[in-house]
Amino acid sequence: MRFMVIVKSTPESEKAGALPDPKLMAEMGKFNEELIKAGIVLAMDGLHPSSKGARVKFSGKSRTIIDGPFTESKELIAGFWLWQVKSLEEAIEWVKRCPNPHGGDSEIEIRQVFEMEDFAPILSEEEIQRKIATRAQLPNQTANK
Amino acid sequence: MSATDPHQAIHRTIEAVWRIESARVIAGLTRLTRDFELAEDLAQEALVAALEQWPRSGVPDQPGAWLTATAKRRAIDLFRRNAVAARKHEELARELEALERTPPDLDAALDETIGDDLLRLVFIACHPVLAPESRVALTLRVLGGLTTDEIARAFLAPEPTIAQRIVRAKRTLADKRIPFEVPRGPEFAARLSSVLEVIYLIFNEGYSATAGDDLMRPALCEDALRLGRILAELTPAEPEVHGLVALMEIQASRTRARATSTGEPVLLLDQNRAQWDQLLIHRGLAALERAHKFNATLGPYLLQAEIAACHARARTPSETDWTRIVLLYTELAQVTPSPVIELNRAVAVSMAQGPQAGLTLVEALASEPSLARYHLLPSVRADLLFKLGRHPEARTEFERAAALTRNNRERGLLLTRAASCDDEGPGRL
Repeated sequence: MRFMVIVKSTPESEKAGALPDPKLMAEMGKFNEELIKAGIVLAMDGLHPSSKGARVKFSGKSRTIIDGPFTESKELIAGFWLWQVKSLEEAIEWVKRCPNPHGGDSEIEIRQVFEMEDFAPILSEEEIQRKIATRAQLPNQTANK
Repeated sequence: MSATDPHQAIHRTIEAVWRIESARVIAGLTRLTRDFELAEDLAQEALVAALEQWPRSGVPDQPGAWLTATAKRRAIDLFRRNAVAARKHEELARELEALERTPPDLDAALDETIGDDLLRLVFIACHPVLAPESRVALTLRVLGGLTTDEIARAFLAPEPTIAQRIVRAKRTLADKRIPFEVPRGPEFAARLSSVLEVIYLIFNEGYSATAGDDLMRPALCEDALRLGRILAELTPAEPEVHGLVALMEIQASRTRARATSTGEPVLLLDQNRAQWDQLLIHRGLAALERAHKFNATLGPYLLQAEIAACHARARTPSETDWTRIVLLYTELAQVTPSPVIELNRAVAVSMAQGPQAGLTLVEALASEPSLARYHLLPSVRADLLFKLGRHPEARTEFERAAALTRNNRERGLLLTRAASCDDEGPGRL
């Protein structure tokens, strides 16, 4: 399963030219190393403050462009990872090991990514059990060695 | 939709913690006890203890340390209770006690050696004294953190079969006194090759249908990819490791495009490339970059990865650099000579130089005994004959290929192509 792990912004992280505390950066660097060594990271990136971004609002056929910065900093995204793990619980366990991304109060949100299996399962539980029973009867199956 | 059953929820959490921590716990215990079979048993006992206690006490702050400490205590009890208390065991028991009293920050210092221990664990689990299927089961268990049941389901085998396989594998390693160490010197390359073989076996089990109606089992591909990525960080200076990872990332990128919604296989050149996972392709190409920093001669996994990369870089089949693929297959045939690789090369030649050039090479392989029952030989021949407008001969070969394949879906595909030879007159393309 894939999960997007989202580090939410804070008013501090949204400040233009804000640089994270070096000690925090070192800790976060070490955490990222652990993730990579665990083989679960697919992608990761940090985002500039929203002052460098823009929004496009859709209403029927109309489009409105709004320049950043945006005020509700706690709902903004400061950075993200894409992880490959087996369950939401595994993602949560890894996030628990993450250093506090901003010092003070901050939040990390975990969201599951849609994959093909969500639309069409490859093998159902019933099919799996049926195949185990069938294979057990076949001669010279690797499974039976 | 949060988990409403707290019992199930804590169980899934413990499984997740096990996946994260178990390899390190087993590796550390093996170094302490110098007995891999015992260490794995102790780790399993610690897991049982966690399943009993954590639902009540909650997951500890340092779950890995808890599991290791629990296993260490069991080891001490075991050594003490051992009637034949050889001096060595007493020493070990004292060593273990001393380590148990180690303050937490010293445990952190021990973390630096954990990478070495993990690598030792990789090499012992993949030891060539074990049969391939045993190496696979043992690796998934001690390095992948899969339960016996998960391994059994992944390989569509009965759970007791897998459980026995693992027990026997551990016994064999103990009987043969296989040491817990990273091989050195000239032995390293051969042993690493054995490790890569295990990982790629796991990947292929998930990626290719073997017999019957099996299709892909993506979870196994993910397990293999994770193991490969872990290994790449443990041995960053090994180009073939990066090559294997690159190969798996790029092959996995095609998962969505390889079968129709009804489960029919789709050949590479017919796949909808918009469904290729660009993130995985990017990762595969990045892994290739890492390998190339070492300027070594290209080994078999790197060569296969380079071929996969040629396809990955082509936005449409017509943009494929077939000339480069021919060169890569020629090199691959020299590194690991095999009639199957020669056949693949013939296909590439037919794309680069036209069907007749390819057909000449394929027909040279017709008498190759190891290909006598290989369905892809008549299948390729049929395809080339079809392209040359020789439809009656093509049909014979498609039917021959269909009779040889053990995969039902593939048989269907071949018989469809055989039937289409009747529809096409020589003047129609």
